[in-house]
Amino acid sequence: MSRLNAGNEMLAREIIARYPLPKSALIPLLHLAQEQDGHITNDAMEHLAELVGVTPAEVLGTCSFYEMFKLAPTGRYLVNICGTMSCQLLGADELLHHAEHVLGVAVGGTTDDGRFTLEKAECQAACTEAPCLQVNYRHEYRVTPSDFDRLVADLRSGARDIPEHGTLSRVRQHIPANRSVGAVPPQQVTGPPEWLPTEEAK
Amino acid sequence: MADQPTDAPPALTITVNGASVRCAPGELLIAAAERAGTYIPRFCHHERMKPVGMCRMCLVDVDSGRGPALQPSCMVTVAEGMVVDTESPRAKRAQEGILEMLLVNHPLDCPVCDKGGECPLQDQTVAFGPGESRFVEEKRHYEKPIAISDLVYLDRERCILCDRCTRFAKDVAGDPLIHFIARGNETQVNTFPDHPFASYFSGNTVQICPVGALTAEPYRFTARPWDLAEVESTSTVDTTGARVVLQSSRDRLVRVLGLDSEATNWGWLSDKERFAYEASAGPTRLVEPLRREDDEFVPARWSAASSFAAEAIKDKRVGVLGGARLTVEAQFAWSAMLEQLATSVIADTQLADGLPAQLVLGLPRATIARACAPGGVVVHIGADLKEELPTLFLRLRHAIQNDGVSLIELTPGATSLSPMSAASIHPVPGALAQAARDAVSGTGGAAYEIASRLLASGRPVTVIGGRGNLAEDASFAAEAISTIVGEVDNVRFLPALRRGNVHGALELGFTPGFGPGGVRESTGNQADAVGILEAAANGAIDTLILLGADPLGDVPDADLAQHALAGVANLIAVDLFMTDSCRYANIVLPAAGYGEVDGSFLNLEGRLSPVAAKVTPPGQARSDWMIAVDVAMSAGVDLGFDSLDECRMALSGAVGTFAPVDWSGLARAEDGQLLDLTRDWVPDLVPAVVAPPLDGYGLRLVVDRTLWDLGTMVQESPSLAGLANDAVLSVSREDFERLGVAPGSEVTVTSSTGTHRMAVQSSDTLPRGAARLPFRHAGFDARRLLAAGEAVIEIRVSAN
Repeated sequence: MSRLNAGNEMLAREIIARYPLPKSALIPLLHLAQEQDGHITNDAMEHLAELVGVTPAEVLGTCSFYEMFKLAPTGRYLVNICGTMSCQLLGADELLHHAEHVLGVAVGGTTDDGRFTLEKAECQAACTEAPCLQVNYRHEYRVTPSDFDRLVADLRSGARDIPEHGTLSRVRQHIPANRSVGAVPPQQVTGPPEWLPTEEAK
Repeated sequence: MADQPTDAPPALTITVNGASVRCAPGELLIAAAERAGTYIPRFCHHERMKPVGMCRMCLVDVDSGRGPALQPSCMVTVAEGMVVDTESPRAKRAQEGILEMLLVNHPLDCPVCDKGGECPLQDQTVAFGPGESRFVEEKRHYEKPIAISDLVYLDRERCILCDRCTRFAKDVAGDPLIHFIARGNETQVNTFPDHPFASYFSGNTVQICPVGALTAEPYRFTARPWDLAEVESTSTVDTTGARVVLQSSRDRLVRVLGLDSEATNWGWLSDKERFAYEASAGPTRLVEPLRREDDEFVPARWSAASSFAAEAIKDKRVGVLGGARLTVEAQFAWSAMLEQLATSVIADTQLADGLPAQLVLGLPRATIARACAPGGVVVHIGADLKEELPTLFLRLRHAIQNDGVSLIELTPGATSLSPMSAASIHPVPGALAQAARDAVSGTGGAAYEIASRLLASGRPVTVIGGRGNLAEDASFAAEAISTIVGEVDNVRFLPALRRGNVHGALELGFTPGFGPGGVRESTGNQADAVGILEAAANGAIDTLILLGADPLGDVPDADLAQHALAGVANLIAVDLFMTDSCRYANIVLPAAGYGEVDGSFLNLEGRLSPVAAKVTPPGQARSDWMIAVDVAMSAGVDLGFDSLDECRMALSGAVGTFAPVDWSGLARAEDGQLLDLTRDWVPDLVPAVVAPPLDGYGLRLVVDRTLWDLGTMVQESPSLAGLANDAVLSVSREDFERLGVAPGSEVTVTSSTGTHRMAVQSSDTLPRGAARLPFRHAGFDARRLLAAGEAVIEIRVSAN
């Protein structure tokens, strides 16, 4: 679909400048691309390859290794239902079948209106709150089928919203390149970190 | 690759299966064990690449003092007192387990797999495997096969993820266009969508694949390995002289594999060296002598053809072009025949696109090993080595990346090695000689200062020099090379001429000013290719012989070539194919080609290696040396030899360079025999002609060659023919923006030869003020811009 837009390209260059090697910035740049389009497009990967000086195949190799980078269009709400033991014992399989039925898609599918993508996930580190699921990587605890129905209804009606899955943090980090620590080994650092406000600035 | 110092005395002792083994420090356990006769099974380990420990097949019991434990022997370097058991129950169990796991998803389609019969996975399963699998579930399936490039197919379900092809692409070739994609059970090797594995070296991945996952388009499903007959030979595709294995089935060449020669190619081949055998195996070969009657060629008998040729040569003034396709023996036979028959002979093997012979013959010659030895400095003058001599490019790339060799580039534009060069200097055409002087003195900027410092550092310097720009007079490159060789200490020269056995031809006097053996001659043959063509055009010679040369395609001045071929009284063509030039001939003699002749080949280092016949020549085609003997016989002259061995004896007796050659040992010598090319004369400095000053409006033209072009070898190989793209004029980004047109649109180019239309694109590799066109490509013939006798070619580009 699309390369990084002008604003994001500027941001990308700023991110690259924080690393000793341009290609070290690949993961944050992939996040940026996913934030822009909701998934990572081939054009975006080619653009990132140009920006960090590697081949598109290398970008795809990195990108496809991580499950949270989506290579295909993903619904506005990405639903991950846990399928590991604690949740399974407390009804995750039934919940998953219920979700398939309610949303009308199989695991891995996206609803026709582009609202929901359903995935089965491994342990989400909320075993005490089983069965759990995540919507756009935000937890919902002890979810029963009727909880799930209400959740879907609220999200559909707009009674509730959850930030997009591409934006994992609600506050964009924006650290100018000159505030990076750089590659000075710790034993050679003398003064306080340079990003701390100086006395005059206080 | 693990550095294994072979010169240093073994310094430590380990125990392998109870026997003590002396090893050098830093040696990998898997290599030390193999040297001692214990083969440890492996898939990912390759001796010319860095270890990764990917496949775990080489797990053995290693006791370094803390008790035995399983360790991957391809990742462990030997240490004093190490006790290794490669056959312990634990090691056997590990190897069986790994094989069982690899075979979980590997299909058992060996009967229809190209690799079956020569497959490391198959062989090692038999030798080390469990014999039975506990896996009863469905195996993984993928779309079969996918073309990852025009030449290579990938069957992903066969892949065992050893990382050999991807490591080769990234570390050796520098083309990381294939990569592991996805994770876990989904992991696969693949390209990026619509970015094929378009590497000049893609065929090597097929050769090193330990399973049948990667197959080459030309060989796929053509033969079974146990039916192949094979012979070791030398590639005559370019001057590197890569060692190869020629394999045939039913008297047809079906495959060429790289042989690991320490001196030359390290087992690697370019795709041209690997797949251009298709040309000689193809259906378009000349199969009988042809004689022109009026405007048609009619078949002739060899006896009639030989007599005709003898008549046209005997007591005539003869010109010869080419000779680089021939073996050294054939070159000798032809030169002996011509010397005895003709009144006078003028010959040139370079077709006005090379370097002055006195530099190539006379400068102290380097070897590839010297250029790539750790700590050296390499000065590269010429075009991109990846395009001209790809195998040499791989060696040099490795040396720069791993062995601390510093590269100084004096090239018309950025090359594939520029990103790793110490100093990358790109003079516009006409400024090359001055740039070389500046690189020695260190004036003109940071790159020149670095170059100067490196040249004065006392480190061994090797100049790799060729003709980087056919639109620039050869004297610029010649002066640049002479300057560096003349001004720097501890320096040697490696000529980057590209055409086959051109060094053999030069050594045997197919060049003006020199007789056989690099002996200077001030009389006789004094005309270069242009002079010979002029002589042919104006009747100063009676007969022109094309020894595998296609002047219409290769000589930069195409008009002159055409006048010469049309104007000469007798034109004899000796070739494998009916080239455009052959169509002008009075008689066309079919020669035997690559894989069809025995003989020897002289590479760019002066290394003599054997070329071997594997298949019979098609029809009545015969070896070039036999043709020479035949023609002499028809003229009533006995050359004194009528077998290859006798020819070799005569060659050793007649030409000093070949006197010390041990012919009977040549076939057994893995790296050939390095000849002594020391001369009793020193070359003169060739001063560059004066280039007109830059006027600020025009662009200076760079015309260079690419690996895939309209050359006969490429075009007659079906798999390669389509790889040459159309010629597009490249200009620097600044010059392109000044034009204000869209990439690929047609522009008007004006030169002294007239006005032309061609497509234009922006290039990041060219300096401002230069424009580049590839030589011998479809779309636009770069020669239409070349005017004979001009030092540099100025062009003006306008948008409409």
